Amino acid sequence: MTRLIRALALVAISAATLVGRRASAQDTTYRGITLVGTYDPTSKFGVVILPVAGAFGDSIRTIVQRDLDYSDRFTILELGTGDPATLRGASGSGLNYSLFSKMNAVAAVEIISVGNGLHVALHDVAKSQVINVGEFPVPPTAPGRDWRLAVHRVSDEIQRWVTGELGIAATRIAYVRGTGDAAAMRVIDSDGANEVTVPTDACGLSPSWNPRGTMIAYTTCGGNSRLLVIDVATSRSRVLAGPLRNIAFSTPVFTSDGNSIIFARSGDAGTDLYQIGANGGDTPRRLTLGRGVENSQPTMSPDGRRIVYVGNSLGRPELYIMDSDGTNVEVLTNYEDSERNYRSDPDWSPDNRLIAYTERLNGRFQVRTVNPSGSAPKYRTSEGENEQPSWAPDGRHLLFTSTRTGVRQLWVLDIETNRFRQLTQSSGSRLGAWSPRLTEP
Amino acid sequence: MIHASRTAGLTLAVASVFALAACHKKPTPSPEPGVRTGTPVTTTTVSGPNTDSIRRAEEDEARRRTEEANRRRADSIAAAEAAGRNAGAARAALTATIHFEYDQSDLRAEDRAILDAKVPILQANPGVMITIQGHTDERGSDEYNLALGQRRAATVKRYLVDHGVAESRLQTITFGEERPVAQGSTEAAFAQNRRAEFEITAGGQNLRARP
Repeated sequence: MTRLIRALALVAISAATLVGRRASAQDTTYRGITLVGTYDPTSKFGVVILPVAGAFGDSIRTIVQRDLDYSDRFTILELGTGDPATLRGASGSGLNYSLFSKMNAVAAVEIISVGNGLHVALHDVAKSQVINVGEFPVPPTAPGRDWRLAVHRVSDEIQRWVTGELGIAATRIAYVRGTGDAAAMRVIDSDGANEVTVPTDACGLSPSWNPRGTMIAYTTCGGNSRLLVIDVATSRSRVLAGPLRNIAFSTPVFTSDGNSIIFARSGDAGTDLYQIGANGGDTPRRLTLGRGVENSQPTMSPDGRRIVYVGNSLGRPELYIMDSDGTNVEVLTNYEDSERNYRSDPDWSPDNRLIAYTERLNGRFQVRTVNPSGSAPKYRTSEGENEQPSWAPDGRHLLFTSTRTGVRQLWVLDIETNRFRQLTQSSGSRLGAWSPRLTEP
Repeated sequence: MIHASRTAGLTLAVASVFALAACHKKPTPSPEPGVRTGTPVTTTTVSGPNTDSIRRAEEDEARRRTEEANRRRADSIAAAEAAGRNAGAARAALTATIHFEYDQSDLRAEDRAILDAKVPILQANPGVMITIQGHTDERGSDEYNLALGQRRAATVKRYLVDHGVAESRLQTITFGEERPVAQGSTEAAFAQNRRAEFEITAGGQNLRARP
């Protein structure tokens, strides 16, 4: 998720290493030669995914096609049901580029099962040649969770080969379904598949990923409110704070370096933000001095230097911004100043471009974005009520709740192309948190 | 006001129970002293003009005893019912829910009255411990509403402490919008859900209404 702002430190995808290219440790942008040259984020590229032979070949092709479709950077071109031989070039090697060219494909992808993985070749249709190849390890557990994640990584690398930007298919989304004692935490793949229930304490809310995607912080409501961290691989929860008499913990996020958790702590003197080591043990350090008001829902800038949060010093929830040590507090959303304002749920984008949040407009809640400087606010939704935005690692896809179909579901919006897609099919889904790119296992 | 009228109602109820018991007690003729204190009289050995009057006196005595027993039973039932009503009324007053305006934690006059009614009961029952649960309606941020719920609970606690209740007897928790009592997205449902609930967590047996 991106409620926390993770460091951009990204372990180089093993496949990239295999083909002799190094992904930068600081940047997910591909520096090699891409198929399309300078990438315009609003353009879409026609791509053909050739049939994949062997066990689970159809599943692999379907997953990759869907991932590239959901990236909102590609148009998936379907092949007719004709003779597969027509896909090959006359010489037997290479592809029938003229056919793909007629289909308006700029790229064709060949995926071949080899040993313990997949061999992938990207063809430049215009140049009639292979411009990139890679080998991707895939566990022999098809069609299990790790196997699907490995296939998603293939999709993400194909996207990087074409556009220069690593995709977000190999990510997961944690969310809560239901309310109160019936609330259950779930995790799904970015395409909505592969749902698992994460065992949490009663009334577990506000899941938030660490920058490595290995841990989820959450809090519990009601009696014995606590701050916990769950190890995603083992499902083991560990208490970091609470229970404390007359104290409620809420809205935890990891700091950008992953070493700490910032959370809200409500008590007799209002609600303030605190910081605690991600391994617990130390005394929480207070960041805000509310004096009887509520300061909640923190989100940290990618560089870890600033924090945006919700405060109600003005008598209503507004977004505030401060240094990460709690100094230099300012109102971020000081535009359209009104007692009727209600602004909440901020999430700082991983690319540092925007802060997404929820705002009440004409009595309904909508997702809006604003620059970290507080300028250029822009509504992103209008249909139904839309709340709780959470950025994907690419900083262009937004996860949020929407009632546009009549019941609350999780949806995804691509802010470049304005395409909406429904992610969940289980009503009452909420508090979604998009993971960082998952490099483990 | 509510507390005062409840007490008045109780008093009326108790009085009417006594009145009813009095009605059941029919006027009984006093038995003859000689009959009550003299040697046992057996009807088989006695005959003559006195026989009927003796039998009548015995029947009167039996009826009197039965009626006396019935009266005592009714009195004790009435007393138990009154005590139960007191405890029940005390419990109802202690756990009476209060409500809030949208996105507010201020106490309205009518809700302060409901809190006022809790104070003497808390003082009369020093063993009672209360958990104050803050709740919100479903509008607005799910997460911000957790803080708002805690603020509502804390505001209620502050009020009770200011009116003499020991802070250590009051615990605050928040459920935010997680536990609505009314379903649906109507203003009526929202108004019911913006509330503070009171749960007796200890000392809830045999509550007394007054110190």
